[in-house]
Amino acid sequence: MMVRTEALAEIAKLRGEALVVAVYSAAFEWIGISPHPLNFLSVGAMGQASSSALGFAMGLPDRQIVVLDGDGSLLMNLGSLVTIAGVAPRNLIHFVFQNGCYEANGEHPIPGQKVVSFAGLARAAGYRTVAEYAEIADLQSGLPGLFQAPGPTFATLHVRPGVKPQLDYALVHGAAARARFQAGLADAMKTQGLKARGG
Amino acid sequence: MQDVNAETKLDGGAIISTLIGASIEIAVAVPDITTSAGLLWPLSRRSEIELVRVCKEDEGISICSALAYCNRRSVLLMQQTGLFDSLNAVRGIAVEYGQPVCMLVGLLGKEPGQPPHLSKKYSVNIVEPVLKAMAVDYVCIEDDDDIPLIKTAIDRAYETSRPVVGLFGRRIAP
Repeated sequence: MMVRTEALAEIAKLRGEALVVAVYSAAFEWIGISPHPLNFLSVGAMGQASSSALGFAMGLPDRQIVVLDGDGSLLMNLGSLVTIAGVAPRNLIHFVFQNGCYEANGEHPIPGQKVVSFAGLARAAGYRTVAEYAEIADLQSGLPGLFQAPGPTFATLHVRPGVKPQLDYALVHGAAARARFQAGLADAMKTQGLKARGG
Repeated sequence: MQDVNAETKLDGGAIISTLIGASIEIAVAVPDITTSAGLLWPLSRRSEIELVRVCKEDEGISICSALAYCNRRSVLLMQQTGLFDSLNAVRGIAVEYGQPVCMLVGLLGKEPGQPPHLSKKYSVNIVEPVLKAMAVDYVCIEDDDDIPLIKTAIDRAYETSRPVVGLFGRRIAP
């Protein structure tokens, strides 16, 4: 089974100018692997990454939106799978890192750890493209297709924890992080000829 | 159970015109009987405001917040029970992050003409104290004369980057 940082590194190679919504441990690893003004870390409440990503996908329909979700996080907002499938944004890719536990909260197992299929849930909800990977070689070969497929696209990435990242929550929840993101988003929107907030 | 709101109604057409006047592009909603006939169904048949149906109210907090980052104005329609269910998202995303999340809340069971905090119904009379405790601004929409307050509140939310709630005290008519 792959390590999460390996999978993130593969996603980083293809992210281009995508806006990336990332949560918890994956977020801290992601900002080291793929620093970018359009990394959105300020999800604000557990489970809300997918819904934030949907809002961005609707607000920026010409930009790729990638969400790096956790399994415990998605369990708190399973209805968002149905909402996303209903809105059907073609520019949204939803990755779920399934490590089977609440890694940032004592590594307790998620409910249904041994039986839940997030890919199955996404497929049943109505995502256009659904995939599932456990080995890095398989992800490497499948990932380009996921980035080219019309969304909404979903992929479960089965991972085992690697080296635990330093969880500096002030970094992701602080006003400075949001200000950096807002400034980066404003620049990106201006290059697309869009009027940014406050602009 | 009889809904005491059923007797009198707010003008849904005027509310929709006010939302359009406030530059609202998207309405995110979980159905609520107070707003259903006069606001939600008409919005679903009109093209000026895109309607997004969500499964749960806290999804709407995040969607509206993300849209605000993208300079697109939206409102979240729900019942007060949905507001209670989404308070952690309101806390984290709207209040602590200072995002102009605009919520329009139908107060199921509120007695017409009665301020929400004086309602005999527990689920209604705790709404204002909860919002005050969370430092969330709100306006009460009890009569048609109050409808312009919605635009003022939305404009203020975006000017100050703070959330706001509009509380519908009566059912809305088409």
